[in-house]
Amino acid sequence: MNQTTATAPDGSGAQLELVDVVKKYPGQSRPAVDGLSLTVPAGQTVMFVGPSGCGKTTSLKMINRLIEPTSGQILIDGEDITGQDATQLRRSIGYVIQGGGLLPHMSVAENIGLVPGLLGWDKARTKGRVEELLEMVGLDPAVYRDRFPRELSGGQQQRVGVARGLAADPPVILMDEPFGAVDPITRQRLQDELMSIQEELQKTIVCVTHDIDEAIKLGDQILILREGAEIAQYGAPEEILAAPADDFVADFIGSGSKLKQLSLLRVGDLPLSQPQTCRVGESVDEVVRRVEAAGERSVVILDAQNRPKEYLFLRSLKRHQTVPVFSHELQTVVDQRSTLSDALDAMLVSSHGGAMVTGGSRGDYLGVISYDTVTEHIRTLQTQTGQIRAVPSAGWEAS
Amino acid sequence: MRQLLSRTAGLSREDKGLLCGLPIFVLTVLAGWVVWRLTADLDSIEARLITAGNITQMTWDHVQIVVVSSVLVVGLAVPLGTLLTRPALRFFSPPVMAVANAGQAAPVIGVLVLLALIIGFGFGTAVLALSLYAFLPVLANTITGMRGVDQAVVEAARGMGMSSWQVLLRVELPMALPVIMTGVRTSLVLLVGAGAFATFIDAGGLGTLIQTGIIMFRYPILVSGAIFVALLALMVEWVGRILELFLKPKGLA
Ligand SMILES: Nc1ncnc2c1ncn2[C@@H]1O[C@H](COP(=O)(O)OP(=O)(O)OP(=O)(O)O)[C@@H](O)[C@H]1O
Ligand SMILES: [Mg+2]
Repeated sequence: MNQTTATAPDGSGAQLELVDVVKKYPGQSRPAVDGLSLTVPAGQTVMFVGPSGCGKTTSLKMINRLIEPTSGQILIDGEDITGQDATQLRRSIGYVIQGGGLLPHMSVAENIGLVPGLLGWDKARTKGRVEELLEMVGLDPAVYRDRFPRELSGGQQQRVGVARGLAADPPVILMDEPFGAVDPITRQRLQDELMSIQEELQKTIVCVTHDIDEAIKLGDQILILREGAEIAQYGAPEEILAAPADDFVADFIGSGSKLKQLSLLRVGDLPLSQPQTCRVGESVDEVVRRVEAAGERSVVILDAQNRPKEYLFLRSLKRHQTVPVFSHELQTVVDQRSTLSDALDAMLVSSHGGAMVTGGSRGDYLGVISYDTVTEHIRTLQTQTGQIRAVPSAGWEAS
Repeated sequence: MRQLLSRTAGLSREDKGLLCGLPIFVLTVLAGWVVWRLTADLDSIEARLITAGNITQMTWDHVQIVVVSSVLVVGLAVPLGTLLTRPALRFFSPPVMAVANAGQAAPVIGVLVLLALIIGFGFGTAVLALSLYAFLPVLANTITGMRGVDQAVVEAARGMGMSSWQVLLRVELPMALPVIMTGVRTSLVLLVGAGAFATFIDAGGLGTLIQTGIIMFRYPILVSGAIFVALLALMVEWVGRILELFLKPKGLA
């Protein structure tokens, strides 16, 4: 068995290289992919974008040889895969498609455990892995394990599709419009989840999308293609936004590219303000005294685990003796990895002109991002036209 | 039984009705026939032919012919249909379908007698002729079923690293199974009916009653034979439905 490319020992990404790859379908006058050369560094996410029919899917499927290249080389970790056994190869490359592509007659657990099963893992190990992955994509194993795909919502099917792609811990993962079939809110949530998964796993991901905003949000690199999979521009999102290579690229990223930079910047990139805080259970009188002494009118309430529970005006708090427990779902909290666009959405529902920011896996409170900070930043962006480099961002920039 | 109940949960009312109604109907008719047999005024030939032992024997012969033929049909038509949906052999499927169509269109009695003249009388010839006759529904449904499998799902399965065989056995066939089973049921019913002709080439079966009834102008014998063929066909249909229920992969709607 030829499985040299399978799993990098540490389970993280592998370098992917395409060298002058050509695909000419029978009867086509011009190749669908006409000499594509590209290097994707290990552990990075590359987004393929371009007009319909430009050869994105064809390029992607040549990497796992669902489509055989007419000529050219494809190297994973320096090894040419075009001569390898295609079936074995595919077991070592994750594949996620639009809608999930789940096998309808297999349960969620069977779908996710498919590749481990093909690789001959024992039952117990596969079972453990399935549970782990369901947790990772935010589905309760006890509830969803034995369901069939048709018993899931579109978003849930897509989550299972992502889990299935990750199942055997492949170094390279291919995604073809993975979130194209779900509604915008679910899509945003799935994107956020993928980002946090990727932050942990550092896979090499090649992802095709129609949505330039998705490309900007998820990509370490964006590859903009035109007809025949000819590279129009290949670079980091901030480079492409700041300096589109030509009119084609400029048209493609659209006129709102200044505002698009809001999807490029993470909340953690901007300075956070630190309003007064208090703990659940503290005496209200004391809190009021402290906050008023600081000259403020509202206070952030934290629980014992340092998670934000509410952002309250003092006059509302004064109705209580001690700081009460709040258990409702907050809409005004964003993760520090969220984009500024996401943060603006959260601010719109806040009466304080700011959103509480959390970080880390347990959602620790970090501070508040205020509307003024964001608008101030937009103004700076507008004045330094074309000069923008992203502020070094927390954790997202691939290492 | 509980499994059966859980399987029936998703069925339409009509299907559930058939599932319970068929055996009830068969038993009712059977009971009616028994009452008639016990009370009717039969002559000696009729009384000698229409006995429980005789009918059991003929039914058993008939069932054997049907079972062996259908095993042969399923065993050949499903693999052949599958082959004809492989990309490399797809172009073969129109001529093969034409032959299968001819097989069904030719009068079964003609095929039966012709084959008997060529290869001799008896059970084997009956099975062969009937198999030819009942081949088409299974073949056609196998092809339709396999073509109907969502290609995106097949490609996803290949993308996961399933070999062609694994895709065929674990994805395509299970997903095509409901359509294939419908063809199998149709074939089974055809076989029961056509099995009545087996008697012409000395292969026995319930057709013997019908034929004897005709030759001797004994309507009780003729009608009894017809009733038992009909009841057997209904029972076979019922068994087919039960099989379908159990074989159908659970996740399919
Ligand atoms: N199996 C095929 N046979 C012949 N031509 C094909 C085949 N698949 C794709 N093509 C052609 O190759 C070109 C590239 O197709 P491809 O599916 O890669 O485009 P794409 O960039 O993924 O488009 P979209 O954004 O619409 O999904 C198109 O012109 C298409 O018509
Ligand atoms: Mg495509």
